[in-house]
Amino acid sequence: MNHKLDLIKPWIEPNSRVLDLGCGDGALLASLQEQLDVIGYGLEIDPNSISRCLEKGVNVIEQDLNKGLKNFADQSFDTVLMTQTLQALRYPHLVLDEILRIGSKCIVTFPNFGHWRTRAYLNFLGRMPVTKQLAYQWYDTPNIHFFTYDDFEALCKERSINILHREFMAQGVADKALKSVFPNLFTEIAVYHLSR
Amino acid sequence: MSSDSHNNQNNQDSSVGLVKPQQVVIEQPLKLACGVILPSHRLVYETYGTLNKDRSNGILICHALSGDHHAAGHHEGETKTGWWDNYIGPGKPIDSNRFYIVSVNNIGSCFGSTGPASENPETGKPYGADFPPLRARDWVASQRLLMQHLKIKCWAAVVGGSLGGMQAMRWSLEHPDELQHAVVIASSMKLTAQNIAFNEIARKAIKSDADFCDGNYLQHNKVPHNGLALARMIGHVTYLSDELMGQKFGRDLRSGDLLQGKTDPVEFQIESYLNYQGDKFSDFFDANSYILITKMLDYFDLAREYNHDPVAAFSHAKCKFLVVSFSSDWRFSPDRSQEITDALIAAGKNVSYIAIDSDHGHDAFLLPNERYQKALGGYLSKLADRLEGGS
Repeated sequence: MNHKLDLIKPWIEPNSRVLDLGCGDGALLASLQEQLDVIGYGLEIDPNSISRCLEKGVNVIEQDLNKGLKNFADQSFDTVLMTQTLQALRYPHLVLDEILRIGSKCIVTFPNFGHWRTRAYLNFLGRMPVTKQLAYQWYDTPNIHFFTYDDFEALCKERSINILHREFMAQGVADKALKSVFPNLFTEIAVYHLSR
Repeated sequence: MSSDSHNNQNNQDSSVGLVKPQQVVIEQPLKLACGVILPSHRLVYETYGTLNKDRSNGILICHALSGDHHAAGHHEGETKTGWWDNYIGPGKPIDSNRFYIVSVNNIGSCFGSTGPASENPETGKPYGADFPPLRARDWVASQRLLMQHLKIKCWAAVVGGSLGGMQAMRWSLEHPDELQHAVVIASSMKLTAQNIAFNEIARKAIKSDADFCDGNYLQHNKVPHNGLALARMIGHVTYLSDELMGQKFGRDLRSGDLLQGKTDPVEFQIESYLNYQGDKFSDFFDANSYILITKMLDYFDLAREYNHDPVAAFSHAKCKFLVVSFSSDWRFSPDRSQEITDALIAAGKNVSYIAIDSDHGHDAFLLPNERYQKALGGYLSKLADRLEGGS
């Protein structure tokens, strides 16, 4: 988490307005609040995560992303954050449009299904991958869309979304060394900074 | 009044125990929104817990239409606990081990504070129908005089459900520097036409009782018992949900049966329940207070003086907000709470919003609910940590 914070922190202005879609236990927002003094709100539907946010003093709004974000005005946030949530939404492309309507910029992270370990899992075991980043069995997973780094790049191109920055996260030594050369193969988590 | 502050934490069953109402006559004139000046007024209140050294841990509890000062614990010789005993007490969400909790009966009500049943100093008779009309802001103004009497400069939080939430919101706009948090539960920025309609039916029921005597029943030694009971029955239906009434009563019969060929009267359980609730209520509540306070609800419109723009209204607030709604509440539905939340976000204010699943309708804000208890407790414990110098 701290690693991710370090990656995205330079992209967020101090004292700016941040909306975190699917904010989980609010740890990221709490750090941003503390370090950058942002005015942050997190959207979440899991009751335990919501309680955790309240206990941390993080602004949390109980709202289902799948039911839309119409209550947020155009360009009402400086940054809309969505970490590890895109793959769990019913219509990821429509949500991307929505978050770029609400925020002047957005930061999206997702697990890269193109990572070599996931590919190897499916290739050699013939089973849907269960990895650290995708830790669920196929029949009981919140992750209903599997896509790769390359897929996401193609989607951004197709929908005229500007990629301001991209970062690749990986754990293994070899992955770390090779992720910038072959991002689709060695990135575990892709991190994008986007605008319209 | 608070019990041992170390042993009772996290004990949901613990109570503030025996409490004794206090009262104060506020001698400072109170100018009401309608222009009338109350030269002095009496307030009855209870407190739970201990005020800390820098007098910063005060929580004001704002009651709703029929509430009173007795929010927690029990009175001498009684076993019945206060109306919010589920939420106020040692180790409870509004924790009397950590906060100094002030619960006041507001003016215009009928539990000892100055209201329509009190003597009008000008005539020596009860005010009756002559009691001046009130707005929620008048309650806030009167609560602020109590705050000064208690030598509290800033509330840690102002907390209330329903009409209580309206007072908390009004506090945040009228005295932005005098509260750190507003907790707005099952509330609304204004009533809908349907809400007002139900209130008017209730008032009409009271006024139609021959014993109402144009509001001066006390002078005639009468009480519009039936009218007030009917008003309460109507109100009570709007506090419950269809689901809950179905679960609790269904079509169960209290007497008679529905077989053909019988002429005996049939009474459904729900009929008997509502009649009982109405009768019980009219034994202790004052009809003029009911009319007065339902009108206060109808007139409440948080953003009216801000060009009807809730965002402009909330731009005056400085405190943090917690907004809570209940899924089956159709009196002040979750949509109303969502509107409050959206306006607060657009105004750039700190706000959290939780939408609790409950079958209990509007009354859910008074009843035990694990998620609601945990969320409210978690939110306030963070506040207490801060006050006590923690993180």
